[in-house]
Amino acid sequence: MPNPVLQVENLVKRYEEVEAVRGVSFSVEEGEVFGLLGPNGAGKTSTVEVLEGLRIPDGGRISVCGLDPQKSPNELKNEIGATLQATSLPDKLRVSEAIGLFAGFYRRTRNPNELLKRFGLEEKRHNFYNQLSGGQKQRLALAMALVNDPRVLFLDEPTAGLDPQVRHEIYGIIEELKGQRKTILLTTHYIEEAERLCDRVAIIDHGKVIALGTPRELKQRSGSNARIEVRLARPASNGTLNNLESVKDVREVDGTYVLHCHRTAPAIVALVKHLETDNNELVSLEIATPSLEDVFIELTGRRLRD
Amino acid sequence: MKTILTLAAVRIRITLRNKTFLFFSLIMPMVFFFLYGSVFAKGNPQAVAYLMGPVMSLTVMGTFWGLSMQLVTWREQGILRRFRLAPISPSTMIASSVLANYALILPTIALELALARFIYHVATFGNMLSLLVLVVLGITSFGAMGLVVASVTNTMQETQIINQLLWFALIFLSGATVPLSVLPSIVQRIGLFLPATYLVSGLQRAMLFRQNVLSLGVEIASLLAWAALAFFISTQLFRWEPEAKLPRSAKLWAVSTVLPFVLLGIWENHNGKLLATAASMLSDRPVENAHPPDRPQ
Repeated sequence: MPNPVLQVENLVKRYEEVEAVRGVSFSVEEGEVFGLLGPNGAGKTSTVEVLEGLRIPDGGRISVCGLDPQKSPNELKNEIGATLQATSLPDKLRVSEAIGLFAGFYRRTRNPNELLKRFGLEEKRHNFYNQLSGGQKQRLALAMALVNDPRVLFLDEPTAGLDPQVRHEIYGIIEELKGQRKTILLTTHYIEEAERLCDRVAIIDHGKVIALGTPRELKQRSGSNARIEVRLARPASNGTLNNLESVKDVREVDGTYVLHCHRTAPAIVALVKHLETDNNELVSLEIATPSLEDVFIELTGRRLRD
Repeated sequence: MKTILTLAAVRIRITLRNKTFLFFSLIMPMVFFFLYGSVFAKGNPQAVAYLMGPVMSLTVMGTFWGLSMQLVTWREQGILRRFRLAPISPSTMIASSVLANYALILPTIALELALARFIYHVATFGNMLSLLVLVVLGITSFGAMGLVVASVTNTMQETQIINQLLWFALIFLSGATVPLSVLPSIVQRIGLFLPATYLVSGLQRAMLFRQNVLSLGVEIASLLAWAALAFFISTQLFRWEPEAKLPRSAKLWAVSTVLPFVLLGIWENHNGKLLATAASMLSDRPVENAHPPDRPQ
């Protein structure tokens, strides 16, 4: 089995009294897009910045491309690319100068002009950094993160603060990178981003991983929130639906029965059988699968954006 | 090395696009030059030659403003964080800024000398090698001092305040504005603890007495020692992140930068001839009572 590109075991990071990361573990394989999903202040950025070598861990073991970020920082920096939160470039630096300058720092480089073209910045190449829009700045940040053709890419909240249209543009870029089998670790507090882009997701809250898996696995595991919404030809007698296999609880809303169930498949089979014996008919049936948001609420009792 | 040069080249370009910089490094030195040359020296070539030491010193010393402000701004705005992701070290960042400073300040010095020759008809610049060595060392050491200031301050305001305090001490107590020998003797003795005093006196002696690098050994060695120490300390105290904590020892380290000039000051106060030389230069080349110009804001 190949060694994972990123390996994090029991990572701890403290800031004075605050323990921002409390024993986080996960690993990321080559070519995988791995997401750290959690609310602001959950410890996502701290985790990523320790992996980038920007912060010193207080405990645990980490390895990035087989390197210890603290022991071989320069080796590491040649292997990784990253976009940061809360970063900037000098106002009077031109786009082409910025990417050319950073290209000069690395052993292995990609052609800066091609990167600018690919990220749609060719026409802006002579513009100063402070003349760019938020989306253009983020595209430049992504282009700059790729300038050393990194083995692994860290994207810390790549779409935070961008408007929806620009956000989808960035999603497109990340999907393209994913198609090229780039290893990517991205942090986000947008559910949509995690579901759409990530092969696997670790949900982080208060410095701990509270769930880890593919978005599908996570949603399936959270059975309690799966809902079946059915409309019937005749009203069902009260209580009968409640006794069906797997069904936890039934509510009627405007003639629609909402069945909350542990697992959807056995519940549907049981429902259909019951309707047959009851001489009732199914008018419509919808399965509402839980979103990662539901998973998060279930695990923490809070909404992600609170 | 290649990295330092690339970074220095980009920094030069960014700085040239910055209007504040143009003011401090070109307009202000020119204001001093013409003020000294036309008002204080009344265009007299010998008096202008005498005042070229102070004028060049002010130009050289101004470098610490630009460097400290740029470093603090870059840290405050998170620009340094982005650089930190790349495989470059604090000494690369620092070396590139000092290097960029040579390219930005040396032309101004050359312009001042050229204007002195063509407008005020100053016949000779004395020992050119000594001038060059002193100017280069001055840019290095005052630049490094700016970097030390930037490493112990967190915000623009703090940096401004410390810079103002340093600037006033450096320009008023060193002979860069008011000639040393007209100051009260106690103030003159305090001046002997300031690097600026040795820069002014060295430049004047190189110009007026054609002193070579060997006879300016004390000035050159002390500026060199100061530059090396300040450079070393600024790499040690360098912070990439605005929220990075300053170790308690840092301010002590920063203050230790003054060591070479404390020692030299004590020695000069006991054995030195600098004050006597300064007095003789002034009496040989009489100048009208000079009113010190303030640093424009």
